[in-house]
Amino acid sequence: MNFPILSSITLLPTVGALFILFSRSEKNKNRNAINLSLFTSIVNFFLAIFLWHSFDKSFGGFQFVEEQNWISGFIKFKFGIDGISILFIVLTAFITPICIISCINSVKTRLKEFLIAILILETFMIGVFCSLDLIVFYIFFEAGLIPMFLIIGIWGGPKKVYAAFKFFLFTLLGSVLMLVAIISIYWITGTTDVTQIFEIKIPVKYQYVLWLAFFSSFAVKMPMWPFHTWLPDAHVEAPTAGSVILAAILLKMAGYGFLRFSIGMFPIASEYFIPLIFTLSIIAVIYTSLVALMQEDMKKLIAYSSVAHMGFVTLGIFTFTTQGIEGSIFQMISHGLISAALFLCVGVLYDRVHSRLISSYGGIVNIFPKYSFFFAVFMLGALGLPGTSGFVGEFLVLIGVFQKSFLVAILASIGIILGAAYMLWLYKRVIFGKLEQTELKELKDLNLSETIVLSSLVVTVLVFGFYPNLILNTIHASVEELIKNYEQALIFNLNAMR
Amino acid sequence: MENLNLILPEIFLSLSIFATLLIGVFFKNSYNLVTNITYIIIISLLLIIFNSFNTSGNLFSNSFISNSFISFFKILILLGTLFVMFITQDFIKETKINYFEYPLLLLFSVLGMFFMISSNDLISFYLGLELQSLALYILASIDRDNLKSNESGIKYFVLSALSSGLLLYGCSLLYGFTGSTNFEEINLKMELDNTGAIFAMVFILVGLAFKVSAVPFHMWTPDVYQGSPSSVTSFFAVVPKVAGLAILIRFVHIPFEQLIDQWKSILVFMALASMILGAIAAIGQTNIKRLIAYSSIGHIGYALAGISTGTVTGYSASITYISIYVIMNLGVFGCIFLMKKEGKYCEDIKDLTGISKQNPLLAISFLIIMFSLAGIPPLAGFFAKLYIFMSVIKSGMYTLAIVGLLSTVISAFYYLRIVKIIYFDEIKKPFDEIKNIGIASTVFLSCLILVMFFLYPSILNNIVNILSVN
Repeated sequence: MNFPILSSITLLPTVGALFILFSRSEKNKNRNAINLSLFTSIVNFFLAIFLWHSFDKSFGGFQFVEEQNWISGFIKFKFGIDGISILFIVLTAFITPICIISCINSVKTRLKEFLIAILILETFMIGVFCSLDLIVFYIFFEAGLIPMFLIIGIWGGPKKVYAAFKFFLFTLLGSVLMLVAIISIYWITGTTDVTQIFEIKIPVKYQYVLWLAFFSSFAVKMPMWPFHTWLPDAHVEAPTAGSVILAAILLKMAGYGFLRFSIGMFPIASEYFIPLIFTLSIIAVIYTSLVALMQEDMKKLIAYSSVAHMGFVTLGIFTFTTQGIEGSIFQMISHGLISAALFLCVGVLYDRVHSRLISSYGGIVNIFPKYSFFFAVFMLGALGLPGTSGFVGEFLVLIGVFQKSFLVAILASIGIILGAAYMLWLYKRVIFGKLEQTELKELKDLNLSETIVLSSLVVTVLVFGFYPNLILNTIHASVEELIKNYEQALIFNLNAMR
Repeated sequence: MENLNLILPEIFLSLSIFATLLIGVFFKNSYNLVTNITYIIIISLLLIIFNSFNTSGNLFSNSFISNSFISFFKILILLGTLFVMFITQDFIKETKINYFEYPLLLLFSVLGMFFMISSNDLISFYLGLELQSLALYILASIDRDNLKSNESGIKYFVLSALSSGLLLYGCSLLYGFTGSTNFEEINLKMELDNTGAIFAMVFILVGLAFKVSAVPFHMWTPDVYQGSPSSVTSFFAVVPKVAGLAILIRFVHIPFEQLIDQWKSILVFMALASMILGAIAAIGQTNIKRLIAYSSIGHIGYALAGISTGTVTGYSASITYISIYVIMNLGVFGCIFLMKKEGKYCEDIKDLTGISKQNPLLAISFLIIMFSLAGIPPLAGFFAKLYIFMSVIKSGMYTLAIVGLLSTVISAFYYLRIVKIIYFDEIKKPFDEIKNIGIASTVFLSCLILVMFFLYPSILNNIVNILSVN
């Protein structure tokens, strides 16, 4: 297939953004901008579905590979996807139109610029998941900071400046070390093409330092405990659509980075650092769940729960078992949907009442029956109820972890219980009880656009919950390939040491 | 008969300066006329240099050389001067410093730079350097009724004279210890363990570091940038740095080739110190010109880091860096000259609030330039830094690379602060309407290059690599 479909999917949102930039806006209340952005993002979503459809699920290597000479002599512009990345592209293309629909009501100022920022951000996010060259990956990975910084800073809450700066500088600090590592890899192996590096194999003595440099970037982005402190601030201050993108996709870049780069390029170091990852993940799962239990602010609570869920993801990745890795990919997709939905739910309340504090609500079920139903599904998904997509991910991860370490698996299970505790308690305090705040009584239940957005998310969460093979079939071949390469590298290293 | 074609640009420039000087003297209020003639001179010079881009050779018993490396820098200097004049024209008229000498002094300074970077002999080098500096002293204090402008001129003169003295002392030592003033002969006669020559090298490097304002010889920069009229500041920030960097590369590459271990450590130190100081000292600044001064110190640090590798890839990375730096700085100054409130140009960073609501296009240009200066991909500033660190890591200088990249994080803070003021803060006083389409299109052009650079990032590298082979 010669048509450069990956580049088109990546670039289409930016083209849409350019059209919006030059569209007329003053008189008819940004109608043009909204229609254009919705049109672009939905077309992009259908392209992504088409890509998923025409993707060969039985082949574990890279497909749709595009290569272009770029920086003469040393870097090629290389795109390609395998079973792991295709789902993230679909997820990104799915979440973006949802963000756009949700922001039409909630963003009051500079809507046109907001839509441009979201579309450009979509380009960068899809680029991250497509790129097969380290420099290209780094460029997309970092470039996403610019629109996200603006989204938090311009449309954010009262402490937006602090949150935006913290987000930007934390991530940049982690990433520059990765840049040093990438350049070093270039001088060690002579290329930055990932597929070639997999074959050349980086010498073991370099792997540890390089792994740590990549870790510094991904751990901040993931975020793993103790590098997570930027996340609650960024989530709380960001507008709803910003939080949704941040939780659903930006955090997944790090998990994807671990899978694609850390394990693929540094198998020996990845094996060596398993205890580190397990410790940090377990602390994340238990400690941040406890922190989430005590939050007064709904967005902060969901932000901390994200850290805990990401702890499961790292646990699963570093078990190096089929179940563990497939589970963590599933968990990332499912968390992308559920946390996005939860932030949207908070956004619905915030748009009406302008408070994110749990104490300003209570008894919502009396006035918002539809809303309470949707919130219930997502809340149950977040705590991993069978039948929702949240269950499959956590279950598979736990199976994987059990094969590695009994103790870690037990500690991780405690995290699940705590997760149920804070989610149920949140639901009880917000939805049930007496309707005491009198000003809430006049509010209206979900309007049409909110219903569309939330029900599409409910459908996907339930479909993936009941039929997980939809995802597992796609990723299976690539995960097997990943594990095979990893085990081969370990055996090769053992032989070399003898 | 020597081939005078090699020196044609210089001859043409000197003759046309004198001719224009006469015109300026004989016509009253001739600023506009002289400026227009200056544009013509610069454009014809560009054509002359393009025409003889690849011819190389030497003249006057090997004291003057020309090759594509030097031609490239001459073009960069000319383009920088052209755009600086273009964006400052209105400012000069409004601040009533529209003397006809102004464009001519710029040309004199350009002439000095031409001689300096083409020189292959200590004496012609020094003469070129002084011609350039003398014109710059006058320019710094050209707003003669303004106390600050006078102060900055004097400050620049005293410190620069001191550094020139040191440099001259170094030249005399070098002559004493090697017995020649010709660059290539110095290189041939340089013996290892020549302590005297090492002293000479240190003195000369100090003088050059002063000209490009590398730490620890940077003290004049913030004061002079702030005190001089903004039009002169924009020239200071762009053009002399290019020339200084060019002659620095030639010095380390030809006469000091064998002292590589010694100058390498000096340059590494200066690069590290400049990057760190440029990043940290800029955080506290409230005046935008002072901020640009510190930011330019930081950027020179990155360019020096490329040179300090002592490899051809390092030199070409520095040349790429300085070229992109020129584009970014022209954009910044273009924005500054566009932002006026009640007829006055904004100098305090806090005055920039609200530009994003009133003029979204200007705001987004400023944003792009700021992120590019901070080195965030996919803008050109990132690629400039990428090339530098590619060469630095290739030479195994990991400390330099890591400290350099960490200081980009620190410097990102103050670039972000400007973005914050432009975009996040509420408007206080409205800006004047933008009337000058010329400056606006310069800013737009600069942004376009910065954004589109990623499509073909090797364009500069390809040119520069050809040069470095020579």
